[in-house]
Parts: sequence; C-alpha cells; structure tokens
Amino acid sequence: MTHAISVTINGVTRQAVVEPRQTLVDFLRDQLALTGTHVGCEHGVCGACSVLLDGEPIRSCLMFAVQADGHAITTVEGLREDDGTLGILQDSFWETHALQCGYCTPGMLIAGQDLLARNPDPSDEEIREAIAGNLCRCTGYVQIVDAIRLAGARMRQSPEGSGAENGDD
Amino acid sequence: MTEQSARRFVSAKRRPKEDGRFITGAGHFVADINRPGMLHVALVTSPHPAARITTIDTSEAAALPGVVEILTGNVLAGEANPLANAVDTPGVKCYPLAVGVARYAGEWVAAVIAETRALAEDAAELVEVDYEPLDHVINAEEALEPTSPPVHAGHGSNILYRRTFTWGPVAEDFAGQPHELSFKLRWGRSAPVPVETFGVVAEWDTGTEILDVWASIQMPSYAEQIAGALRIPVNQVRAHYDVDVGGSYGVKRGIKHTVLAGFLARRLGRPIRLIEDRLENMVGGDMHGPDRHFNVAVAFDDDGLIRSMKLRVIEDVGGQTGRAPFQLGKPVSAIVGAYQINSVEYEAIAVSTNKTGQAAVRGFGMSPTNVAIETAVDKVATRLGLSRLEVRRRNFIRADQFPYLIPSGSEYDSGDYHTVFKMARDLAQFDVLLARRDAARREGKIAGIGIATCLEPGGGNSAFEPLLNPKNETTTWPESCVVKVDRTGGITATIATSTSGQGHETLAATIIGEELGIDPNDIRVVHSDTLSGMPGNTPVASRMAIMLGGAAAGAAKKIRDQAILIGAHNLGRTTDQVRYANGVVSAVDDPSQSLSLARIALISHREFHNMPPELTEPGMQAIHVLQVPKGGTLPTADGRVQMYPCYSFAAHIVYAEIDRLTGKVTLPDYCIAHDCGTVINPDIVRGMVIGGAAHGIGAALYEEFSYEPGGQLLSGTFVDYVMPSSHEIPDIKLAEHCTPSPLTSHGQKGVGEGGYLGAPAAVASAINDALSPFNIECLTLPMRASLLSDLLADQLAETES
Repeated sequence: MTHAISVTINGVTRQAVVEPRQTLVDFLRDQLALTGTHVGCEHGVCGACSVLLDGEPIRSCLMFAVQADGHAITTVEGLREDDGTLGILQDSFWETHALQCGYCTPGMLIAGQDLLARNPDPSDEEIREAIAGNLCRCTGYVQIVDAIRLAGARMRQSPEGSGAENGDD
Repeated sequence: MTEQSARRFVSAKRRPKEDGRFITGAGHFVADINRPGMLHVALVTSPHPAARITTIDTSEAAALPGVVEILTGNVLAGEANPLANAVDTPGVKCYPLAVGVARYAGEWVAAVIAETRALAEDAAELVEVDYEPLDHVINAEEALEPTSPPVHAGHGSNILYRRTFTWGPVAEDFAGQPHELSFKLRWGRSAPVPVETFGVVAEWDTGTEILDVWASIQMPSYAEQIAGALRIPVNQVRAHYDVDVGGSYGVKRGIKHTVLAGFLARRLGRPIRLIEDRLENMVGGDMHGPDRHFNVAVAFDDDGLIRSMKLRVIEDVGGQTGRAPFQLGKPVSAIVGAYQINSVEYEAIAVSTNKTGQAAVRGFGMSPTNVAIETAVDKVATRLGLSRLEVRRRNFIRADQFPYLIPSGSEYDSGDYHTVFKMARDLAQFDVLLARRDAARREGKIAGIGIATCLEPGGGNSAFEPLLNPKNETTTWPESCVVKVDRTGGITATIATSTSGQGHETLAATIIGEELGIDPNDIRVVHSDTLSGMPGNTPVASRMAIMLGGAAAGAAKKIRDQAILIGAHNLGRTTDQVRYANGVVSAVDDPSQSLSLARIALISHREFHNMPPELTEPGMQAIHVLQVPKGGTLPTADGRVQMYPCYSFAAHIVYAEIDRLTGKVTLPDYCIAHDCGTVINPDIVRGMVIGGAAHGIGAALYEEFSYEPGGQLLSGTFVDYVMPSSHEIPDIKLAEHCTPSPLTSHGQKGVGEGGYLGAPAAVASAINDALSPFNIECLTLPMRASLLSDLLADQLAETES
C-alpha cells in the first residue's frame, strides 16, 4: 500500500509515492537525495533532523512523509539566499566556527533560522532556549550562541536579508 | 620554525576550510553513501546478560520477501578470525556476532540482510532464538572474585590485565611523611555518544578483489584489523578516508560492524550498509567508556607537599575486549598530574563483566584518573586547612624545571603552570567568586567553587601498547602528509585520515600555507584511502596538531627546497644567492630576477632540460612521514617509558549551586585558562576547549549507562541517557597562554582532550565544596541530581533525628 503525495521542498513542488510508514526524514534523504538533513536519534530528542514545515521547526523523524502532503518544507539545502550566496545565519556559523563535525549543524541552523524569524533581537537566554532541543556533542554550544547572536545583529543591519559574503575567508 | 611575529597564517583568525560544506548540508557522511544494489542490515540481539544460545530458528524470517540472508555467529566464526585483543588474552575470543554464548544484553546474535532496512527490521523480529540463561556479573569488584561467573570461560578468570607498577620509593615516601589520607572514588560508565551513530558501507569488487569500506571511523590500524578478521591480505582492504565523521571523540571504532559488513559483502557479492540506529548504538555498539573503581592514597607533609601517591584502578571493560584495557595505560603518561610527586604506585586491573563492550573515549582513560588526582589535592588542602589554590601552587612543577621527568618515565616538554593558574584565578575573579559563594550560602543556598588542573599529553607513540602487552613492540605512531604542486602551481595536500570535526584540512592548509607563503584558501586538502595513502594513525590522543602539523610542515619544506633548487638553477645563481618568499624565488642581489612557484612547477613537470642536475625526478611532490618526537623506546622492566612528547595544561575554576530539594546543579560561571603552545587556528582551539569541557560536564553530572542488577541497560535512549543541552552548559570563558613546545614544527601541542580532562575534576570539586558545610561528600560520578538529592535528604534526616 502506497500513497501519492505532493510536497513543496525548498520552493519546488515534488510529487512522490511513499509507503505509509516512511518517515519524513527518510523520504527527504532516500527519495529526494536531500542528505543535508541528518538522522541522530530517531526518537525526537536530538534535533538533527529538524526542518521547517510551513515555517515551523519540526522533527522529521517523528513525522511520516504522508503527513507532509500539501505542506511546504525548508531543509538546510534551502537556506541559501536566492542568488546562491550563503544565508546570513549560515555565514555567521562559519564566522564564529559554530560547528565541528557538522552533523547537528543543519538542525541547529533550522532552529536558529526559526528563532530569528520570530525574534530578530534575541537575548542569549532566548537563543539558548531556542536551541535547547538540538544536541551538539562537539561545541558546548557557546560558538553556536555567538553565531545566532551575530546573525541577528547582521540581519538587523541589513533588513533585506542579503549582504552575507559567500567567500571562504 | 617560523618566528611567531613573522607568521602570516598560523595563529591568525581564519575561517576553517571544512565549515563551508557543513553549513550548506553538503557534507558527505556515511549514511549519505548509496551504492547500486546495496543491501541493509538489522540485528537480532540477546535479551540476556549471559546465556547459552541453544537454537536459532530463521525460517519464518527468511521466508519474508526481500530478505536475502540471515547470518549467525557459528557461520561467521567458521570463516573469520576473532577480533583482535589489546592485551595478551588468547583465551578471549570475540566475534561480531555471539558464538554459542551471549555475554551482555544487547549483544548481536544474528544479522538479517534485506533489500531495505525496514524489511530487515521486520524480519529480525521473526528470528526465534532459544537461550539458556547463565549466571552473570555486573559489578566489577565482584567480577574480580574467583567465584564470579566467568564472562569469557576460555580465559579462566574475569581479570584481563593486572599489574602493580612502582615508580620510585613509595614505601619510604609514605613512611617519611607526617600525613596520609585515602579514599575511594567511582567513575560511572558514560561515553561521548556522537550525534551520528556508527555506520559502514562495505563493497566487494569481484573484479579487483578489493573490499571497499566507507565508514564513520576513527580507528588506528583499521584496515589491518578488518583484514585480519576476514582472513584476507591487508592490501585487499581499501578504507576510504574521505567520509565525514559525525563526531567521534574516540569511540568511532566500529571493528565488529565493519568485519560483519565486509564478511557479508564478500559472501553476498553486493554492497552492505550497516548504520546503527540509536538503540543499537547505545546498547550493542560497544562504545561505552571507562567504568572505574578507584582507591587513592597520598602521603604529604605539614605544608601540603604531596610526596607520594598510590592509585588502584579497576576498569570494567564489559563483555567485549578490543582496545579497552589500554585505557589504563595512558594515565601513566601524566600520573602525577601537574605536581612534583616523587613516587607513585599504580595498580591497574581490567576486568570483564556482562555489560556492553568498551571503546576509547577522549583522553583515553585520563579524565577519570585526573578526578582521582585532583580530588586528592583538594582533600590534602581540606585536611591541613589550607586553600586549594595554595596547595596546588606549592605542588606545581615550576616553569624553570622543564623538561621535567616524572616517576613513570615521561618527560614533560614545557609549561608554566603557575602563570596559567593565575590567569584562571584572575579570569574567574576568584575573590569575588568566594564572596558570591559565601553570600549565597548565607541565603541558604548550597554553593561551591571547583578548582582543577589537568595535563593533556599529546602526539604519543602508543607506548601503552608495549607497556601493557610485552608481545607488542610498538615504538612509533607516525603521521604523514603529501604535498603536490601541479604544473600550474596549484597545491594539493593529501592526508591519511578521516576527520571528525577537528579541522585537519584547515590545519594542514594553514601550516603548508605558512611554510610556502601561499594563502591556505588556495591549498586543497584531500583524504587518501588506505591503499593509496601513507602511514597514519588517525586523530587519536590529541595528536594531529603535533603529528599532522609536523608532517605537513616537513613536506612543505621539501617543496620549498625543490623550488629553491630549480629557481636558483634557472636564475643562474647558487641556492644561497636566492631567497624563497610567498611563492616566489628571487635573486638576493637583484629581486627583479625572480620565478614564481607556477613557473618553477612547470619546469619541474615539463621542462626537464631546465632542471638542475641534482634533481633527477620530474614533478613536484614531497612526502613527509613524521616520527613521534622522543618516540622509539620500549618501556623499562619496571614500566617506565616516554609516552607522549607534548604536554598541554589547563586550569578550570567553576562556580556551582545545587538545588536543595531536587539536587539539580547549575554552573553559572565557568572559567578555563589553558596553554596548548602555539595555536594554529584560534576558533578551532576555542571550540575544542569549550566543547571538551561541555563533554566533561556531561560525564560529571548527567550521563550514565546504568545497569540494573539483572543486567539490563536502563539508559539506551536520549531520554534516559541525558546529554547536556544548551541549558546545562554555561557560557564558558577562556584565557590563553602560550608556552611553545620545543619539539614541534611551530611550537604547537594537543588541545582536543584537555577540556574533557579538566571539567569532571573541576565540577566534582565544586560539588564537594558546596556539600562541605553539610559534612557530606560525593565521590561518585556522575553526580546526578537524584544522587545529590538523596545525599542531602539523608543528611537532613540525620540532622533532624
């Protein structure tokens, strides 16, 4: 038994046929080859699989692909600016080295993106609250907090949301 | 070595090369690999901590459409060798799947291979295994008893390793001191638990007869161990190091997983993917960390100078052996910590129990031992009524004593512990902190300040191998780098390891850039595989800054020397009449006469007629294989040996408050001053120190693989096994000092482990300072809220009665 679904992923509408038991994260990774979203715990605690569903952060390991039918999803692959340059938050993660192994990073970016969309000038406490559902074993979170704080400041200076450098230095 | 002031790239704030792919979701982790025709594995596991496997009925599972194979231990063991043991225990035979007997709850008993992982899981539920339960042992102290149930019957006892080392006149030193104290301490079982579980994809190429392996791996001698177990030559195993590893911190060893996947790939002729789910990782992944029972005694004088120490350590390695007992070895390399302790007795015992197997963890056994040492120092201060700061200052090795030989045979290269300690004290504003603690106490809060220091040995030659296993004569542990300049002048470096967040590409590019005067952003760094690669030992033991950094510098210097030869020849000068700077060779007497590296590279690749006669090989490439500084020596009969060349140092000061009712600990202030010699990349170093400390806070307060007496693991999910979140980890503040190592290319030392080595001791110190007004102490880690709450409740009940 399978179901046909239609999901808008990073602005592109995709048609697919899925098994009812397939999770959203497996669908994204295995069927759509969007491997930027990672699987960490498969029980909704670590946050590595976070994506935005109609703008809200969700755990794609706790949702079935069929439940996403008719919805819009943003993954880490969709965080670049329209012109292909890095998003401000992505660039800020690089600037503060808010990662090490990179495995939790897509989920952290989703959490940060959601926070800054809701609250352009968060306090450190609010940043910590926003990422508290995302586990990182590498960093101790301090440079992630730095990155989100920096991104907030940059976005406030540049309300159009552009201006991030896509350089490697 | 380039002078610090003249450096362009080393120590400068520069964006790490690796980060770009991770912030865009473009990393290549093992679960992202998809080979044509790939099959998937699910595992059937033992529900018993010890049981004889009587029958395995696979018929119903095998009949499920999509199931390709069901493999049991007996079949595997008939065609494969046991996994390698670290210590000399030939009677211990472990395989990826249990053979005849299961030795812990969660041990793999059968593997189901199917067209999809979901189908394999469905079928795994249909495999019927009959067991005959056996007596089991969970407690390591009980496992020592001759009457305890044997975990490995073929070995004769549960003791895998036991030796008492005596370095210096311990008996005399104890007899000669006016004071001594002793205590027991418990380090509970935890692990780094990377957010990415272990995974492997294996593929047997029937044409070339090569086993290709892609894995989330950080394992020295990986290909050798796979080949040994699969009974094939090492040069038939090609482990690919270009797989991004989603965190390791020591534990991504995966030998049994890879042997199983490799075996199946050959047997079935199709690629095999085995990616642990979280439960498989936590329960049966054999990645639990040290699990220790300490007895500690120190002898000291009226001034608090510690003259001698006795340490007894029982290490519970669980039901699989592997490399775990070696974790008793690394602490020998800094057995006196930062202190001038004259003599040490060290009894090291590794014991088997019916628990999940143990793997290497960040610091390779040193973090628990550092808690023991630092707790002893705190206790000396308390006993004599001296400040904990002062006792440390009195005992520290002084800056003018380096190089400093410790009783167990290692020489510390350099350091300035008094200065770094003062930096930590200043950063923490210790007097203000004291006032804050005392004010909090007056308000009825339970508050304490923790103080700890730690040594971080780095870049070692794996000397714990011959130390703990005399049949093993390892005295080197090299690392390599190849630097190539293509005919257009483009530079590519090859490194022989995968990377799990430490920034090796940034490290190599920064150092090569420094040596060649080329922007590191223009230097490409690629990862070899084990057949195309060079000698290497993976990023264990805080070694890559030292060893890969040195190898990269060595290879770059060889390139520079070639460029100078070719440049001088073509400029009509001798080599000492030209200079190399920023990718250009120019005549000293007339700098307008110059050749770029690109021009020189073209000569080297294509214009042999322009080559100097002393260069007989075209092309521009250099390999440098770095021998471990001060390596090359076997241990003495009494177990003394130079184990690591470089010793970093850190001092942690932390302020803690404990909620009286719930026992919940908060750490509002956390300061670290550290010295890892020359910093290659400041942001990477900062991340390592803070991240290591966060890892240590987890081990000290939250994370524990708990077992109930029946042998079941109680914490196999992230709900029960509590990894610290952004709420638990404070805004850790850092101060940095630089005492360059005299032994490395740029004065660098290791930094990947220090945070984890210091934090548990510092947090334990803070908790005990907080508990001291109540005359209670806690010498059991992790100091979970439930434990502290119980201690406080008991004390309250006692006071009231």
